[in-house]
Amino acid sequence: MIYCFKFAWRYLTSSKLQTGLLVLGVAVGVFVFVFISALIGGLGSFLVDRTVGDISHVTVETPRLDPVLLMAPADGSIQAVYQREVGQREILRTADAFLPSLETLVGVKAVSPQIIGNGFVIRGQSRAPVAVTGVESQKVSAIADIASNLRSGEARLTNSTVIIGVRMADDLGIGVGQIINLQSDRGVERSLVVTGLFSLGVEALDARAAFVSLAAARSLFDLEQGINRIEIKLDDLEAADDYAQRIAAMTGLKATSWTEGNAQLIEGLSAQANSGDLIKAFALVTIVIGVASALLLSTYRRRPEIGIMRAMGASRAFVVGVFVIQGTLIGVIGGVAGAIIGYLVLSPFPLPENAPPGGFPIDARQGAYAVAVVLTTIGAIFASILPARAAARVDPVEVIGS
Amino acid sequence: MSTLLEVRDLVKTFGEGETATRVLRGLNLTLAQGDLAALLGPSGSGKSTLLTILGTLMRPTSGSHVMLSMDMTRASDAELTDFRNRHIGFVFQFHHLLPDFTALENVVFPTAVGVGRETRAAKERGRELLQRVGLSDRVHFRTTQLSGGQKQRVAVARALMNRPELVLADEPTGNLDRESAGRVMELLKEINKEERTTFLISTHDEKIAAACRRQVRVVDGTAVADEVSLS
Ligand SMILES: Nc1ncnc2c1ncn2[C@@H]1O[C@H](COP(=O)(O)OP(=O)(O)OP(=O)(O)O)[C@@H](O)[C@H]1O
Ligand SMILES: [Mg+2]
Repeated sequence: MIYCFKFAWRYLTSSKLQTGLLVLGVAVGVFVFVFISALIGGLGSFLVDRTVGDISHVTVETPRLDPVLLMAPADGSIQAVYQREVGQREILRTADAFLPSLETLVGVKAVSPQIIGNGFVIRGQSRAPVAVTGVESQKVSAIADIASNLRSGEARLTNSTVIIGVRMADDLGIGVGQIINLQSDRGVERSLVVTGLFSLGVEALDARAAFVSLAAARSLFDLEQGINRIEIKLDDLEAADDYAQRIAAMTGLKATSWTEGNAQLIEGLSAQANSGDLIKAFALVTIVIGVASALLLSTYRRRPEIGIMRAMGASRAFVVGVFVIQGTLIGVIGGVAGAIIGYLVLSPFPLPENAPPGGFPIDARQGAYAVAVVLTTIGAIFASILPARAAARVDPVEVIGS
Repeated sequence: MSTLLEVRDLVKTFGEGETATRVLRGLNLTLAQGDLAALLGPSGSGKSTLLTILGTLMRPTSGSHVMLSMDMTRASDAELTDFRNRHIGFVFQFHHLLPDFTALENVVFPTAVGVGRETRAAKERGRELLQRVGLSDRVHFRTTQLSGGQKQRVAVARALMNRPELVLADEPTGNLDRESAGRVMELLKEINKEERTTFLISTHDEKIAAACRRQVRVVDGTAVADEVSLS
């Protein structure tokens, strides 16, 4: 083994230019691998961050129960029409009981109990429909990051204040400090002072959402106790489906993961990941072909030497070892070089969460460096098998005479 | 003198059918321990073919081949490789040294490839052998930095590395000028005398042949006339 290694190393270092080019080629392939990983990963994070960053990851509501027939007809059938109650949402009466356990669940970043409902903002002659969310005063930014996306004013709620989106403010011609009248679909009307304008970049929120305190929402929607929705944010977005199931089992309520409403995004992300994998696979195939052809050329060039070594009593395994170790060394050195180059090139890019709009959402953390090095090494070993076997088959008799 | 090697009714045919060439046609040869034999014969008579078979690099079409009481025709390829490594040394017309390695590294190769690394003892013996062939000042030279005669002397040292019982030399001086050829031949004779290593040396050079104690002649590939000279 040591002796095989000595030969492999000597062979690689004896033609430095050729080896250098080969290693460079492998490094470029690995760089492509790392770059694509970082780009696709970054793009995915970017998209998810933009779409899901400001929405709830798991939403807990009361399940809508369809009425059941208490008595089955003795004969014949019954036709029944059931009209769902609209407007007022079901109340989560038991929320207080399980809120603390939700908050302490590992992997849960934030829990926001809410009272939601619809209404209108009235200003002079104009009435604009509005989706009102009542949140705990200290949790204004728990789900949608209002605080960081504030255009003017502040993200603070009291019983008599409201925070609305910039689009709505523009439409109604109001600014911070002015008063709006909010009329709920329960017919309750209240005057609230606008304390902040946010711009989340999501049309539905910027044009239609209004955030008030839980107390204000309670009076607007005529709800004396309880809440009607809990929004939860998780540390790990991808675990949302699991958490939704667990929370549903824990509370007996309906828990919905963000993925349910974003099937297209998920599909798009996986298509994107697949095309990334395809490019990475091509990069690996190129590496394998490159290493294989270079080594095959080397075995051809060294046929006389290989023959003489065999004549001197070198086993076939020794010859195979020399060439497989060469492949391994090329894979490891090229792989590590490519990964380092990749990291150095990628790390100056701003992370996707800080990427300026229109920027390149490259995530240097998602470069898959170790995977790249490992796969490249495996690929290079694999690539060296064919040349190594060709080398081991060299017949001393054929080369000695020449 | 004990018998080192014996071939009986050795036949080697290349190709098949119409194009088949029978090179060796029932050749008999016995080498005793300590022989210094020249292998003579016109070009194409089958000298190299015979040496290749004796070196276990090629199997005969038929006939028996026994060396050190081992039946070579029954041994597996791996066994032959190991046998070659321990018991047979080669010197070729073209030195066939490993170009990326130093003289010493080339000399110790047969031992190192057997045990898997270059041991201290092997390097020590390698140095001695290089001194022996008059190259103690070229130990760490790459083989590409050596002259033709020097390379051939390194090749001789390499052939002797594992103290083989038999050294097969195929026109070892064929590529050398007169002086270098004489030097190499002198060396082979010395080693034969001192270490009782058996040599079979193919050559076209009558002077080289005359320097050997036995002359084996391959005539027409069919027979071997053995003349033992009294030198
Ligand atoms: N692999 C082979 N296939 C077919 N014929 C071969 C092969 N090797 C050798 N021969 C033939 O065998 C014959 C003997 O060749 P060999 O090399 O043994 O002769 P030689 O005595 O060493 O000649 P020289 O003195 O020129 O070196 C030649 O006619 C050659 O063409
Ligand atoms: Mg010949």
